[in-house]
Amino acid sequence: MTQHLSDAEIVTPAPRRRRRLTTLVIGGTLVAILVLTALLAPLLAPFDPNAQTISARLLAPSAAHWFGTDGFGRDLLSRVIYGARPTLLLVSLILVLTIPVGLLIGITAGYVGGWTERVLMRITDIFLSLPNLVIALALVSILGPGLLNGALALALTSWPPFARQARAETLALRRSDYLAAARMQGISGLRLMFGHILPLCLPGAVVRAALSLGGIILSAAGLGFLGMGVQPPTAEWGSMVAEGSKVNFDQWWVAAAPGGAILFASLAFNLTGDGLRDRLDTRNDS
Amino acid sequence: MIELQNLSVAHRQGYDLRTVVHDVSLTVNAGECFGLVGPSGCGKSSLLWVMAGLNPHWAGTMQLAGHQAQPGKAFTGDLRRDVQMVFQDPYASLHPRHRLRRTLAEPLKLLKQDNINDRISAGLRHVGLDPALADRYPHQLSGGQRQRVAIVRALLLQPRVLLLDEPTSALDMSVQAEILNLLNQLKQQDGLTMVLVSHDPDVIDHMCDRAVQMAEGRIVGTRHAA
Amino acid sequence: MTAEPLIIAENLTIHSGTTPLVKPISFTLGRERVALVGESGSGKSLTARSLMGLLAPGLHLQARQLQVAGRDALALNEKRWGQLRGSELAMVMQDPKYALNPTRTIGWQVEEPLKLHHRLSRAERREKVAEMLAAVGLPQPTQLMTRYPHQLSGGMGQRVMLAIALIADPQFLIADEPTSALDHAMRDQVLALIRRLVEERNMGLLLISHDLQQISEHCERVMVMYKGQLLDSLPAAELPRATHPYTRTLWACRPSKATHGQPLPVLDRVALEKELEHD
Repeated sequence: MTQHLSDAEIVTPAPRRRRRLTTLVIGGTLVAILVLTALLAPLLAPFDPNAQTISARLLAPSAAHWFGTDGFGRDLLSRVIYGARPTLLLVSLILVLTIPVGLLIGITAGYVGGWTERVLMRITDIFLSLPNLVIALALVSILGPGLLNGALALALTSWPPFARQARAETLALRRSDYLAAARMQGISGLRLMFGHILPLCLPGAVVRAALSLGGIILSAAGLGFLGMGVQPPTAEWGSMVAEGSKVNFDQWWVAAAPGGAILFASLAFNLTGDGLRDRLDTRNDS
Repeated sequence: MIELQNLSVAHRQGYDLRTVVHDVSLTVNAGECFGLVGPSGCGKSSLLWVMAGLNPHWAGTMQLAGHQAQPGKAFTGDLRRDVQMVFQDPYASLHPRHRLRRTLAEPLKLLKQDNINDRISAGLRHVGLDPALADRYPHQLSGGQRQRVAIVRALLLQPRVLLLDEPTSALDMSVQAEILNLLNQLKQQDGLTMVLVSHDPDVIDHMCDRAVQMAEGRIVGTRHAA
Repeated sequence: MTAEPLIIAENLTIHSGTTPLVKPISFTLGRERVALVGESGSGKSLTARSLMGLLAPGLHLQARQLQVAGRDALALNEKRWGQLRGSELAMVMQDPKYALNPTRTIGWQVEEPLKLHHRLSRAERREKVAEMLAAVGLPQPTQLMTRYPHQLSGGMGQRVMLAIALIADPQFLIADEPTSALDHAMRDQVLALIRRLVEERNMGLLLISHDLQQISEHCERVMVMYKGQLLDSLPAAELPRATHPYTRTLWACRPSKATHGQPLPVLDRVALEKELEHD
């Protein structure tokens, strides 16, 4: 006798939501704009970002140069557009480095417990208390400036919060019935950690990543500002702000254009993070 | 089939161990349904979890399905397969992000069994469910259906002992009746030995051939069917 | 036993978007003890919440008439509902673990309805709280007032919920599966307590459950719901002789010593669905 599936028993999925301008939609659109700008930079930029025209230096925004030009006569709009590339590349590298490391350490600590947990958590605490820009500067001075080293430096100090969160979630999950059931069926160790615990820690990690990206962009810009990131003449928003700060009072646009771009990117990721958290938290009612 | 002698169980609380079951001895014969009944906190679930191999903090002698269990050691090999459990809360015992097929197939894959999909379909039919449900997620099923899936999961490994931790406490009275009927049917068809924990004496009286009453970690009485 | 009706519902429906969750149902409730019985998904909890104006935002209530404590419930705004809840209507829910505020003392939580609905001095309030806690059978009320919910057992927590519900002297109590989260031994005690308090205060009671046999002992009338429809309504005394097949099955499906070794009667859902479609 087949069990009849009555409608009253099945949890009806949420009715299709009418398209609203949720935070996630807005944030996601902005991020999409950012990514497209970076990808399509050669098509979008009106000028070569590195083309110097000394006769056209420090021109105010006009029809020919929408954002004006900088101290070397380079078109600022083009530089801002191309500047999206190192920023996004840096952000991607940091994500790729921090999330897996943080999750691995956190889940292992939470699952194995005992001395392993204590040691891993103390290591996490140590890295958590390192000031990220200072460490970044130290690392860069040892390894030399550049995009990869900058990413490494920031990643080194960004993973601890992920580890902590993953550990807390793993500890809570350890008491759950479905993990006990899995153990009863002979599933343990790495299979349990990666097949069962990891999927449940991922939403939290994704939200945390999105929320921290805004701050990471600012840190990356900070590195660039201090001359520690991507090297000139490559267009990078942080270093552009540094250049523009020298002529801030008379030619405000030289710093304002990249500064505005940093603001835009940070806002985009913050909104996306907020929106993701709202979505993933309310759905997490299992 | 099951023999416990002078069994004590402890729980870890922070850095301490707190004894919750003291000096329990009992025997369960093959093919029998044995009940543990008592108020919450009496230790019946703790005892069951030790029999399930989920709590290593115990002392005494424990023999399950012909295997001698060692305190502090996890169950492995045949012992692990021979003892399976159905948990209390159908909403919490199936992994929310795995499709049912994955939940049911995983232990079979670990044991390198063949014809996994056939076994799953047969298992679902055995408990009265449509095999097409295997491709759904737990949240798309009702409480009664989930509990049936939990029963299939336990039975796919062909255990000799089935432990049931308040299997119907979270279900409606009418769904409870269906599940209890199913369990009785399976007990007869598959010759299972069952240990049933419940706080409801009526469920114990209906299902069990023999039962003991527990309070504060000790056995305080027995009940017999009819 | 019934004077004037306290709650009148006529053709009450609840929709989620276009899906009907509760199909048109009608009933009247007075100062009597009525049980509303059904499985999960039958719509009984939704109905109860609609009587208190507590439906979730996505759900849509419609009725030809809905009178609650003498007021037109369809016309009430949130502010008026707030005045009504606690003082005229009260609700006790299933799990004290989730319904009690873990960060406030018991005394504070039981006192709150008094602060909202009555004008009493602080000393008078505390006296009433102690009285109420004693009335629900809790020992050492003055000490208990300083404790927190996590320090109580399930049975005690449920008694506190009762105290909170009854302290402002409402006319009607809705108890939504008040004993489902409790141990078997506690259930009868708590139900008996609810019955006694409701009788003493001459209140109306709507007791919601999925266990027909248990609440039939404490109620005078029973209404049976299935998938949003009211299938049966009969006096509790006639339950053993019920005629509707659904009610009969619900009545008989309880396990016990007497049913040992026999299959329990179960619902033939397919037949029931067919019958409902014909209506």
